[in-house]
Amino acid sequence: MTLLQTQPRSTLDARPEHSADNPLSVHAMTVAYHRKPVLWDVDYDAPPGSLVAIVGPNGAGKSTFIKACLGLIPAAAGTVEFWGKPYKHARADIGYVPQRESVDWDFPVSALDVVCMGLYRKIGWFKPIRKAHKAAAMESLDRMGLADYAHRQIAQLSGGQQQRVFLARALVQNAELYFMDEPFAGVDAATEAAIIEVLRELRSQGKTVIVVHHDLQTVPTYFDHAMLLNMRIVAAGPVSEIFTDENLNKTYGGRLTLLAEASEAVARAQQGQSTK
Amino acid sequence: MISDTLRQYISFDLFPLISAICVALSCGLIGNHLVLRRQSMMGDAISHAVLPGLVAAFLLASSRSPMVMFLGAGASALVTVGLIELVKRLGRVEPGAAMGVVFSVMFALGVLMLEQAAADHVDLDADCVLYGQLETLFFVAPTEWNQLFSVGTLNDIPTQVSTLLGLTILVIIFKVALHKELRIASFDPGLATTQGIHAGLITVLLMVMTAACAVASFEAVGSILVIAMLICPASTARLCTDRLSTQIKLSALFAITAAVIGYILASFVPEMLGMPSSLNAAGMISVVAGSMVALAAIVSPSHGLIAKSFRQRSLRKTVAIEDLIGLLYRAKETGTPRSTISSIAPAMNTKDINQVIQASTRQGLVTQTNNSLELTGAGQAAGAKIIRRHRLWEGYLVDQANIRPDNVHDIAEQLEHLPTDEPDSDTQTDPHGRPVPPHSD
Repeated sequence: MTLLQTQPRSTLDARPEHSADNPLSVHAMTVAYHRKPVLWDVDYDAPPGSLVAIVGPNGAGKSTFIKACLGLIPAAAGTVEFWGKPYKHARADIGYVPQRESVDWDFPVSALDVVCMGLYRKIGWFKPIRKAHKAAAMESLDRMGLADYAHRQIAQLSGGQQQRVFLARALVQNAELYFMDEPFAGVDAATEAAIIEVLRELRSQGKTVIVVHHDLQTVPTYFDHAMLLNMRIVAAGPVSEIFTDENLNKTYGGRLTLLAEASEAVARAQQGQSTK
Repeated sequence: MISDTLRQYISFDLFPLISAICVALSCGLIGNHLVLRRQSMMGDAISHAVLPGLVAAFLLASSRSPMVMFLGAGASALVTVGLIELVKRLGRVEPGAAMGVVFSVMFALGVLMLEQAAADHVDLDADCVLYGQLETLFFVAPTEWNQLFSVGTLNDIPTQVSTLLGLTILVIIFKVALHKELRIASFDPGLATTQGIHAGLITVLLMVMTAACAVASFEAVGSILVIAMLICPASTARLCTDRLSTQIKLSALFAITAAVIGYILASFVPEMLGMPSSLNAAGMISVVAGSMVALAAIVSPSHGLIAKSFRQRSLRKTVAIEDLIGLLYRAKETGTPRSTISSIAPAMNTKDINQVIQASTRQGLVTQTNNSLELTGAGQAAGAKIIRRHRLWEGYLVDQANIRPDNVHDIAEQLEHLPTDEPDSDTQTDPHGRPVPPHSD
């Protein structure tokens, strides 16, 4: 805490990029687990109507950033505002797609049941799920190409289908801002194409999607904004401006080149083997 | 007019049976979410750890009213949670061990307190904390039916029974009103919280209800039945269905069944077999509930051992038939339209080749004359299909996965049986130069 106090902070109003139009404004966010900081003094403003990739090495605090924005884990310091309002008053317009591994897929519910969960806030406490809700969920499943799988138990779906169920659940909420935690992790090519199509559709409706993403190669094709994160923000802004070798090296701390060298070496070794 | 025999049953068995059903039903319903959250151990811990609080509350207030008991139990539960955290941090042990240490020590402490207290209070019995005193819940039944269903009888209901009835109604309301909230909080706590349904709050409510079940049931049936009912009916139901709403209904049905069967087995059967005394009902009900889990694990149509081995056998048979027609197709390709069984047998990965041949003949894929086999028209088409998949997979493994052509056969041999789409490719030959049979349909 003493460290924070020695750095005088500008107020939200003093920052030129801040505006009530921004779906997300994070200011001076610090998150710590057991006194070890995971996120340090993060400032970030997401522009409206854009696809934003959060990129960084393992343990960089990407998921933590999303969870802290949504109030799922407490932040030690800082403020988070959505369209200039606190989370409590903006909840209805914010959708969340957690990591696929975060839930127990053996749970005895059908794909349709899971998608309906995206409507629970709208339905309200104690009230039952009605036919209209199920119809909306069905439509959302259909949009993800899963209408035929609506009544399957979720354990019987492939990894890609499970991910699409999660996406359908977020879509049915009809939010304005979405947080997605690694939606592309371990999915098949068809699912990846389906997800990116939905992301673009959301953007064309003026919505903002913030995605934790691990495949650096696809960042420039899929996203228009990026946030390079490694405990602190290394760079944030339009992909065309900030997605540079220099910034990536800073984010991955030189590990990126090591990785590239390693994969080249493996490729060479394999080629040598197959020409033998 | 109620006959004497019936009157005897009503006096001695009606309330114990109702109590057993209430405990079974309320614990069985609550247990569903503990089992799904993989927190069954928590139910075990809570039902043990509340004992010292119960005894302390009784000694301090000299009252057995449910409210006093519940306050004591609540205090006990809080102390337990604190101690578990403390042991976890100071003892550097995993959470399960911390829980195990704390709840067994709390229970032992409770038993010691109870023994001390029982010396002064005749109406406390240290033995009953384990297996309860269901059998003592008798009342003097009236001689006329209309008297039985009158307000006067209501006043004769023992407090334990009316507490249990109240608890059961409370649990049913809790489960029905909060069905969707409990479901989302158990499945995806993060999403629940973002949907405005605070998952932490739901968890606390669930634990409070578990504690309520444990406290209300304690005196009548003891801790063993509570633990058995928190886990067994829900586990049995989970083995029988993949739908949560069905699981909850089944768990209620199984809980009541276990209570009734267990009670009958304990109370009436020993007498009929000529044994001198009846058995402990709570213990017998727990044994029945446990047996139901074992039975479901064996015979359940979806998750049972029998169904699983049946599915595996039928899968092995399909694979063996596909292997056989694949072999015959290859033999024909190299110019041997008829193969002998003895030439095929060594290549087949099956114990009983005759069974496979019979099954293939029955399906009209193969004809057998003496010792030689020939593919039918349908068999030829099926063989082409399986060999096509095999060779396309080989090509895929070489092109896409950079595996050497020498090593792809064994992998393709497995992939060809998978019910997935074949690799998308228009190559005419496999990596070894053999032709890929054309797509049949």
